[in-house]
Amino acid sequence: MLKKTLIAASAISLSAFALTACGGDSDADSKGGDSDGKITMGFAQVGAESGWRTANTKSIQETAEAEGIDLKFTDAQGKQENQIQAIRSYIQQKVDVIAFSPVVETGWDAVLQEAKAANIPVILTDRAVDSEDTSLYKSFLGSDFVVEGERAGDWLVENAADSDTNGDGKVNVVQLEGTTGAAPAIDRAEGFAEKIAADPTIEVTASQTGDFTRDGGKQVMESFLQSDDTIDVVYAHNDDMGLGAIEAIEAAGKKPGEDIKIITVDAVKDGMTALSEGKINFIVECNPLLGPQLMDLAKKVVDGEEVEARVLTEEGTFTPEQAKEVLADRQY
Amino acid sequence: MPESPTLVQRVVRHQLMWPVLALVALLVVNVVATPTFFNIRMQDGHLYGNLVDIVRNSAPVMLVALGMTLVIATRGIDLSVGAIAAIAAAVACTRIVGAADEGAATTAIMACTYALVVCLLLGAWNGFLVSVLGIQPIIATLILMVAGRGISMAITDGQITTVNNSWFSDLASGFVLTLPLAFLVAVGVFLLTALLTRRTALGMLIEAVGINPEASRLAGVRSRTIIWTVYAFAGLCAGIAGLVIAANTNSVNANSLGLWIELDAILAVVIGGTSLAGGRFSLTGTFIGALFIATLARTIPNIGIPSELNYLFKAVVVIAVCLLQSPKARAVFRSRRGGPTVPTGPAAPVPAKAGSVA
Repeated sequence: MLKKTLIAASAISLSAFALTACGGDSDADSKGGDSDGKITMGFAQVGAESGWRTANTKSIQETAEAEGIDLKFTDAQGKQENQIQAIRSYIQQKVDVIAFSPVVETGWDAVLQEAKAANIPVILTDRAVDSEDTSLYKSFLGSDFVVEGERAGDWLVENAADSDTNGDGKVNVVQLEGTTGAAPAIDRAEGFAEKIAADPTIEVTASQTGDFTRDGGKQVMESFLQSDDTIDVVYAHNDDMGLGAIEAIEAAGKKPGEDIKIITVDAVKDGMTALSEGKINFIVECNPLLGPQLMDLAKKVVDGEEVEARVLTEEGTFTPEQAKEVLADRQY
Repeated sequence: MPESPTLVQRVVRHQLMWPVLALVALLVVNVVATPTFFNIRMQDGHLYGNLVDIVRNSAPVMLVALGMTLVIATRGIDLSVGAIAAIAAAVACTRIVGAADEGAATTAIMACTYALVVCLLLGAWNGFLVSVLGIQPIIATLILMVAGRGISMAITDGQITTVNNSWFSDLASGFVLTLPLAFLVAVGVFLLTALLTRRTALGMLIEAVGINPEASRLAGVRSRTIIWTVYAFAGLCAGIAGLVIAANTNSVNANSLGLWIELDAILAVVIGGTSLAGGRFSLTGTFIGALFIATLARTIPNIGIPSELNYLFKAVVVIAVCLLQSPKARAVFRSRRGGPTVPTGPAAPVPAKAGSVA
C-alpha cells in the first residue's frame, strides 16, 4: 500500500516536473522577451473563491490584453505550494515581471530570493507578505483594510444622530466579523473601532464571526436579534454577510436600512443592488479592478523606473443615491 | 428487593439519555446567559424565537445526518455530502436563474427536482464505487468530496449566484401552520426513513450488512444492493439539505455552501449513539444529535464567545459529550469519586446488536 502510494506520488511529481520543464523549453524558444519590446508578465492568482476574486482576475486579464502585455496566468486554487511552483516556472521562463496575490503571509523568502537572483522584479497585489527583507519585491498594490474600516467608522460618527433608530440616545452596533484571523477581518475591525471611539454614544455591543458568507451572517444576526432589542446598526466586514443580515432582519419583522442601519465593505453587485434599494445604508468600496494600476506599475518596473513601495488601489464609498447612478455599468 | 429495574434505572440506562441530557444542559446554559431565550411570540403569522430558529437551522444537518446514519450503519462513511449539497444548490439556482419565468412555482419545483435527480445519481456513483468496485468508503467518497466542489464551481462559474424566487425561498424561510417549512421537511424525511427501516425488514438488513457483510451475503441478504441504496439515499438527503441552505440566503456560493457539513453530520450521528463500527443505528438519536449541533451553533453568539475561541468552545463541548456517552469513561469517573451511585452492569461497551428502536 505504502509502496504503491510512493510510486504514485513520485509519478505525479515527475510528470509535474516534466510539464514545467516543457513549459520552460518551449518558452525559451518562443519568447521574444525584451527584443520585441513586449512585456511578459507571470501572474499567480490565489484562486476563484469569490465574486470579488473573479472580477479581480478578469480585470487583470482584460487590461493585459488591451495594453499588449503577454500575460501568463495561473490559478493556485488557494494553495501556497501551487503558487510557489507557478512562480518558479515563471523564473525558468524568464518572464519580465512577476505579480501575485499571496495565499498566506509567510514562507515566501526562498522563492522570492530566486526571483531576485534571476533579476526578475516582483509586484504583490491585494495581499501583503510578511518578510523582513523588503528588497524582495518592488511594490505592493492593494487596498488598505484599516482605511476601509476607518471610512465605515467615519460615516457612522457623522450620521450618529440618524443612526440612533430607536431614539434611546445610544447607538448600539453589532459587528459581523470576517473569517477569524484573516487580515481584512482584523484590519476592518481595527479601523472601525478607532474612529467610533470619537463618539461616546456609539458602542459595539456584540461581535461575532460570520465567516464572510451570507449563511454565516444570517445565522449570527438571527441570534443577535433574539437577544437584543436595541440594535441600531449592523457593521458587516463584507457585503455578503450584510445581505445575510438583511434576511434575518426582515424575518424578525423589521425594516433593514430603516429600523436597523447597515454598513458593509466591498461593493459587489448584489450589495450595490441592496444599497440602491435602501436596504443597506453605506458601502465602503474594496476595488478588485487592479488591472490598469498593475499594468502601469509593471511597465515602470520593467523600464527600471523607481516606484512607490506601497500603492493604494483607487476606491471610494457609496451612498444609496450614488449606488443608483453607478449600478447599471457595474462590472462585478 | 425487586429485581426488575425501576423507572429511574430504565431512564438512566436508555441509550438516548445522554444525548438528551447534553441538549438540555446546553439549553440551560443559554437560558442562564439570556433569560428570554425560550421566549416565543407570533410574528407575521408564524412563530418567532430562538427555539424556532434552532429547529429551522437544524434542518440541513439533520437531513445530511439521516442519510449518514444509514451509511454508517453499513460500516461506511460518506465524506462527499457537503460537495453534493453544493452541487444540488448550484444546479437548482442556475436553472432558476436561466429559466424563462424566474419567479414561478413550476420553475422552482422543476429546478429542485432536477437537482435532486443529479444528487441521487451522485449518491449512486458513491454506492457503485463502494459496493461494486469494493473501494473503501472513506476513499470512494473522498473523490467526490474534492471533485464535487470543483463541479459546483464550474456550474456557477465561481460566482455567487443570486435567485429571486419566493417559492424556492420558502423552502428555508417559509412557514406552514406557524412552523418552519425547512424543519417540517427534515421531520418528514426522518419519519419516512424511520417507517421504511423500522416497519419493514430494511433496517435489520442494513444492520446485518454493517455487522458482517460476508455473513449476511451468505445468509441471502443482497448486501451489494443495500449498500448501493444507502449511498444513493445519502446523496438525496444531502441534495435536499443543499437546497435548504441555498434557499436560506437565496443564493449559492459554491465555495462555502455545505462546507464541513459532513463533519457536523457525522458528529450528530455519533452524539446520537450510532457506532462508527456499523451495525446498530438510532435515527431518533441522530435527530437529537442534529438539534444539539444547531443549539451549539446558536449558543456561541448567544453567550458571546469571542470569535477566536469558537472552535475551542465547540471542541470542549463535543469532547465532554463524547466522554459522557462512553460507558468506560463514566465508570472511571465514578470509581474516582468513590463507589457507584447507580448499580452498573459490565462497563464494557454494549456489543452491536440488530433491531433497536427507531
